[in-house]
Amino acid sequence: MASSQTVIPPSAQKPADAQVEALGRDASSARVPSAERAENGLAASLRDAAIAAFLAGVLGFFFIGLRADIAPGGLDLRTRWGAWFTAMLVVFAARLALNLFVFRAARPVTQVLGARLSGIAVPGLGKWLARALLLFALVLPFFFTTFFPGRDRQFIDLAILIMTYVMLGWGLNIVVGLAGLLDLGYVAFYAVGAYSFALLATYFDFIGFWIALPLAGLLAAFWGLILGFPVLRLRGDYLAIVTLAFGEIIRIILLNWYEFTGGPNGISGVPRPTLFGIEFTRGEGGFADVFGLSYSPVHRIIFFYYIILALALVTNLVTIRLRKLPIGRAWEALREDEIACRSLGINTRNTKLTAFAIGAMFGGFAGSFFAARQGFISPESFTFIESAMILAIVVLGGLGSQIGVVIASIVMIGGIEMLRNIGFLTHIFGPGFDPVQYRMLIFGLAMVFIMVWRPRGLISTREPSVALKEKKRIGADMVAQGEGHR
Amino acid sequence: MEYFLQQLINGLTLGSIYGLIAIGYTMVYGIIGMINFAHGDIFMIGAFISLAVFLVLTTVLGFAFLPVVLLIVVIVAMLFTSVWGWTVERLAYRPLRGSFRLAPLITAIGMSIVLQNFVQITQGARVKPLPPQIRGGITLLEGNTDAGTIVVQLSYMQIIIVVTTVVLMTIFTLLITRTALGRAQRACEQDSKMAALLGVDVDQTISLTFILGAALAAVAGLMFLLLYGVIDFYIGFLAGIKAFTAAVLGGIGSLPGAMLGGLLIGLIEVFWSAYFSIEYKDVAAFSILAIVLIFLPSGLLGRPEVEKV
Repeated sequence: MASSQTVIPPSAQKPADAQVEALGRDASSARVPSAERAENGLAASLRDAAIAAFLAGVLGFFFIGLRADIAPGGLDLRTRWGAWFTAMLVVFAARLALNLFVFRAARPVTQVLGARLSGIAVPGLGKWLARALLLFALVLPFFFTTFFPGRDRQFIDLAILIMTYVMLGWGLNIVVGLAGLLDLGYVAFYAVGAYSFALLATYFDFIGFWIALPLAGLLAAFWGLILGFPVLRLRGDYLAIVTLAFGEIIRIILLNWYEFTGGPNGISGVPRPTLFGIEFTRGEGGFADVFGLSYSPVHRIIFFYYIILALALVTNLVTIRLRKLPIGRAWEALREDEIACRSLGINTRNTKLTAFAIGAMFGGFAGSFFAARQGFISPESFTFIESAMILAIVVLGGLGSQIGVVIASIVMIGGIEMLRNIGFLTHIFGPGFDPVQYRMLIFGLAMVFIMVWRPRGLISTREPSVALKEKKRIGADMVAQGEGHR
Repeated sequence: MEYFLQQLINGLTLGSIYGLIAIGYTMVYGIIGMINFAHGDIFMIGAFISLAVFLVLTTVLGFAFLPVVLLIVVIVAMLFTSVWGWTVERLAYRPLRGSFRLAPLITAIGMSIVLQNFVQITQGARVKPLPPQIRGGITLLEGNTDAGTIVVQLSYMQIIIVVTTVVLMTIFTLLITRTALGRAQRACEQDSKMAALLGVDVDQTISLTFILGAALAAVAGLMFLLLYGVIDFYIGFLAGIKAFTAAVLGGIGSLPGAMLGGLLIGLIEVFWSAYFSIEYKDVAAFSILAIVLIFLPSGLLGRPEVEKV
């Protein structure tokens, strides 16, 4: 169906349009001719912004205005009227700007921006962007060691973190983006991978990272099957909640099975990976010694970076190849409409189970990498928030889009880490200001607003897997993702 | 026996709280078919507002007569929490009506994260303890065992919780079955398109549903605060999941079902902690959730869902 239709200009039927209408419904001036509208619009915008500010004041009264703190002899109430007024002013300004430039503007900024974003995904450009990113990823450690010799360690560490999320995002993308199964317990497989490696290494001395890696993947895939089997009949939101429950059950068991997993203390002393038996240690037989370099702790970090880069690229490659195989097509068909899928003779059980297992396997790989990287794991690293974060990355990037996951990870993980380093923010907000505190708040807000603005994610254009004669770009508004999951 | 009786009382008390939260889930699911993942956090918001109002009344304004204080706290908390419920619906769910089905679930998760972190930032991450306000109770039974004397006690707090729940449930049932609002609500639940054609303002009805759900959650929040005496920004997650389990167990979309489910979940949790292991009590709740959704998706009192193509 997709390939036979031509591109419809995004302005014609954008989801954003409907949303603008929904939000601006209370304003009768929305459809008035332009001259009057500008004036009316301003007055109405101001009134609307004032209402929003009042609402913010009501909402924030007991939270921003007052604060209960533990004091000797019970709770002590402090007032912060300054912060309360500031919050109201911020909401007023934000709502006014939104009104003027988005809801009541002749040409909403969001529409322009949205059209631009759709433009990004022009096949040629998308490919070039991907290539440029890949090239940069390949030389990244050397780039940082050359240009930022003092802070290379910090930057490469951040790159490892981002890459881990890219890999997790790609793994989850198979389940959520391709097969359309909303999995809120993905972190369970990450935990299974991490604990497999850590426990195997604790109980069997000869097992190192490279033996444990495939085993961890296999075990995670096995758990994917076990947890996937009972939820075969479930769809949509029920599936999401059950996967969440499974994820939490696994975490609680890890937390309480003290004899086996170490409980809340976790497992420490997870062995470090070696390069064909060469360890990254100082002295005789270490990496630096063998290759005739002077020892530097950065070598190990660079090594870690390349491991996770390779793992992530394998994930991506496998996903791209799988999409072209019958199973990948079956996943996408399943996402679009399960009933149609079944009536066409696709074995939905096997299709779902393979999606769960393969997605879980990559989660397991990432988990054992995480264990090796940290050298220490505990159930605290595998909470629901982690699942939500990975899901946020997949959703924000655009469900099913590989490059979208990369961009979302860089923006969300990298952007917020960068926030930490910006000095002038502390000058504005005072020395007690810690941007990292706002990390999850920004995450949540971004999740809500990007979903409302562009329900298909930032990069939402898809290339059809199968095309008749020539490939045509399909705009976000043409893709009825998840319609089959009503 | 005495131990069993005491646990029964505790379970019913806890179950009442879950039941009140579960109503919010069940109504929203009934009317727009989405899991309002942020509802547990609305409950948490309600608990925090209750605490703040309570502190304002007792420490700043110097009210001392507890019944009046609690009455004011309940009313103010219900009002303010309703505004929160309304805002969440307006910001995160209404723009997505008619979008694909998982979209509002994703924004709901986002909203849940936002609410938790907002409270964590503004009120701090540490727990807020409140000394027990309502002390004492009625001793029902005294039994002697080898371990010593076991007293079965029905505390005044528990009586208040159960009585409040019963009263609210009665008012609520009357509201749904007897008033125009309830009629509109039920009409939207059955067929929102048809209801809109017949002149029911669907958007307004949905907003009211969120407001009612949030108001009940606020009462549950106050009860939680008084019963346990400790709240933090994270209480909404577990309580929300358990209340959702209750809603599903009772049959999602059914109001008596939500209450029944709440009581059952409360009893199961308390008995599980009492007789098996307290560490795994959340596993019990999550397992029940999974089992019910998989094997009994229409719940105890729900209508089986017929799939139309």
